[in-house]
Amino acid sequence: MKNTSQDTVQVGLHGANIIQSIKISGIKTIITVPDKTTASGLLRPISVDESFRHVLVCKEDEALGISAGLSYANHRALILIQYTGLLDSLNGIRAVAVEYSMPICMMVGLLGKEPGVPPTESSKFGVRIIEPILDTMGIAHHWIETDDDVGVIVPAINQSYQTSTPVAMLIGRRPIAP
Amino acid sequence: MMKRDACLKILGECVAEDEIVVAAYTSAFEWIAIRPNPLNYISSGAMGLTSSHALGFALAWPDRRIILLDGDGSLLMNLGSLVTIAQAAPKNLVHFVCENGTYEANGGHPIPGQGRVNFAGLAREAGYRESHEFNDLNNFKSGISSVLQQEGPVFATLKVAPGKEYPQDYGLMHGEQIRKDFLAAVKGL
Repeated sequence: MKNTSQDTVQVGLHGANIIQSIKISGIKTIITVPDKTTASGLLRPISVDESFRHVLVCKEDEALGISAGLSYANHRALILIQYTGLLDSLNGIRAVAVEYSMPICMMVGLLGKEPGVPPTESSKFGVRIIEPILDTMGIAHHWIETDDDVGVIVPAINQSYQTSTPVAMLIGRRPIAP
Repeated sequence: MMKRDACLKILGECVAEDEIVVAAYTSAFEWIAIRPNPLNYISSGAMGLTSSHALGFALAWPDRRIILLDGDGSLLMNLGSLVTIAQAAPKNLVHFVCENGTYEANGGHPIPGQGRVNFAGLAREAGYRESHEFNDLNNFKSGISSVLQQEGPVFATLKVAPGKEYPQDYGLMHGEQIRKDFLAAVKGL
């Protein structure tokens, strides 16, 4: 993958910072379908980090049920997927996360989004519609583009579990691998 | 072919008070009537996700047996969960599928592969530790104890037909109170 000029000067997003925030948030289980955006910088280090239980799912909506089940025992989980998986799981998100008001925390790679460009201004149709869909569903969301944005992760996850509501954290560029 | 409620009555006699039972749609309505318990969890709203909820429970409480009462239509909507469950390999999960060959809650229309698909075979090949099929009530009655004692993930198809009619309170199923009650019950575990 050819780096953008911004990535080259490391005005980027470091996977280690995101993972550290995930740990601080009390997340013990990561439920994943691989996404090219987060594959190297997040998923690969998470998959070998023994402090996480890593659950591989075949399809993204499975993660909603698993995460909901875990939440009844107060076990915190994070769903790490691509935006296409979020789109494919909208009915499950509607039912489990929104209507049943469950603490579903999703970290969503915006594959193809241009670094530095707001998701709603991306040339990718699928990326452009993500935030409006989340707004329509009343789901809190945060755009994480650089290390300066990583600070939203801990309060977002805490808020999700304290209020039993879903949250989506949108990863806007490829995190730099630890 | 067995009557579903007859199967569930037999199963109800074998499930301990402190075990969690996750049930889908018609099986859920019958189960909560046959064996009411605060640790019954009704999975609805997003058809197919019952098996995924059950996996979450099984991972959350690894020392507690989790009984899953799935439907054949529901499982077809989340067939990959067989592979996911086999991969996660929870020793405490017993996955029953009530196979009636129809989307019973949606007008009784046939499922794809009605009468041809082999659910127990799918589970076995997905990697479940044990897989069974029952279509005779006496065999089920004599075999259920050993099924429940096996190390999971265990799968069992129950080839069933509807028995008597039970109340189907969708307001209860989709309402907030039933999940609040379940949450209160599991807090005591």
